[in-house]
Amino acid sequence: MSNIIEVKNLKKQFGDFTAVNDISFEVKAGEIFAFLGPNGAGKSTTIKMLTTLLSPTSGSIILNNNNPVENPNAVRHSFGIVFQDPSLDDELTAWENLEFHGVLYNIEKGLRRKRIEELMKFVELWDRKNSLVKEFSGGMKRRLEIARGLLHHPKILFLDEPTIGLDPQTRNHMWTYLEELNKSEGITIFFTTHYMEEASKIAKRIAIIDHGKIIATGTSEELQIKTETSSLEEAFLKLTGNVIREEGANATDKLRAHRQWRGGGKR
Amino acid sequence: MKTIYIMWLRELKRYLRSKSRIVGSLGQPVLFLLALGYGLGSTFQKAGQGNYIDFLAPGIVGMTIIFTSIFSGIQVIWDRQFGFLKETMVAPVSRFNIMIGRTLGGATIATIQGIIVFCLALIPGFRPQNWFMIFPLILIMLLVGTMFTALGTAIASQLEDMQGFQLIMNFLVMPLFFLSGAIFPLSGLPPVLVLITKFDPLSYGIDAFRILLSNSGVYSLTLDISVLVIITLIFLSVGSYLFSKVQI
Repeated sequence: MSNIIEVKNLKKQFGDFTAVNDISFEVKAGEIFAFLGPNGAGKSTTIKMLTTLLSPTSGSIILNNNNPVENPNAVRHSFGIVFQDPSLDDELTAWENLEFHGVLYNIEKGLRRKRIEELMKFVELWDRKNSLVKEFSGGMKRRLEIARGLLHHPKILFLDEPTIGLDPQTRNHMWTYLEELNKSEGITIFFTTHYMEEASKIAKRIAIIDHGKIIATGTSEELQIKTETSSLEEAFLKLTGNVIREEGANATDKLRAHRQWRGGGKR
Repeated sequence: MKTIYIMWLRELKRYLRSKSRIVGSLGQPVLFLLALGYGLGSTFQKAGQGNYIDFLAPGIVGMTIIFTSIFSGIQVIWDRQFGFLKETMVAPVSRFNIMIGRTLGGATIATIQGIIVFCLALIPGFRPQNWFMIFPLILIMLLVGTMFTALGTAIASQLEDMQGFQLIMNFLVMPLFFLSGAIFPLSGLPPVLVLITKFDPLSYGIDAFRILLSNSGVYSLTLDISVLVIITLIFLSVGSYLFSKVQI
């Protein structure tokens, strides 16, 4: 099988801080690939570079035969993404959010409407299609985002900590669906998670990143053999150490704190 | 084209759904209109300047437009905070079109608010000299709205969070409003103030409103429109450039 993602010597610096330090890896077409690492290890920064949201300081990326820096729109057509934080418009209905996405990705009207219905039925939100997204629970929002990420039939689906805050039922349902999609459509899945069990069960191959560097790659078994441990969690801890990582508060956290302090805000 | 349309539609839907925003943003102009209109009306009249409500109404329409449109532009920060900006940034469309769509949406909303305030000004007795002037008036409202939404977007593209919002209100929007001749005549001012008002793009907008509504501007309509068009184009280019450089 050919490589759908090829990353060579990728580096990203923010001022003096090196978030991603000279990493190289490949993901094969049709593979389920997990990207693991402690907080602040460089996972999200890497995903942002792969998905054209950030430009790399140096190094090269080839995604579905295109370079995200030189040809961002071709790359954007080829992937769907579910971000770590919700990225839906709360003031629009579930259906409108998908319709908006479909128009941006230039999917012809008839096909768009058909796919929206199929996907919303699939994630079991069709009967809530006219509800505003702000009335949805976290799990419902996640499902809607997955539906949205798949609407334009991407070759690769990026999932940045997709199961965070979801109950086991929803998580299970979601992965069953995604694995099915991976088998039937051959869609490549690239995800990050903090649930080692999930990574071990779902991912065919795993890369572990820490301090901006990839420190190990392989299947869950390979990583366990390499570290002489009996579970991926132990292997992960052995590789990355037991120190708890500090992560700087991002702007959203600051804003939320500010709003709480002012006594206003619904979130 | 589709991108511009769907971005415009989104802005409009959001606006029409938040009734509190519509009503809330009308409070201030109505207060200005009534408090200043009745409060200073007799003094204005005694100074030989005529009916103050007739003078004030176009200024308050301008105020509504600048406040609404800058606020619409600033919404970029809100979208960044709550994630929706990412959805538009990974979409395979040009960021220029996204910015234009947003800006036209903001301008449309500002114009609707402007028309509502115009209608409200009829209650305390404001009357345009010629009702047909409403049509060119709406076009100029759109132009002023586009100009300030683009400015708001340009500023918001440079800001990480809403903390800078007060700064923008106090050091940009308020001065632009107070120094525009919205609430006092531009004739007979101290030379420094005259100079400042000449650099305030809002004064040309309000001057155009006055020419159309009560035939009482200080510049000519040609000058007003030329300045507005040029400044709008500048703000649009700067705004779309800065917006295209946004990294998340």
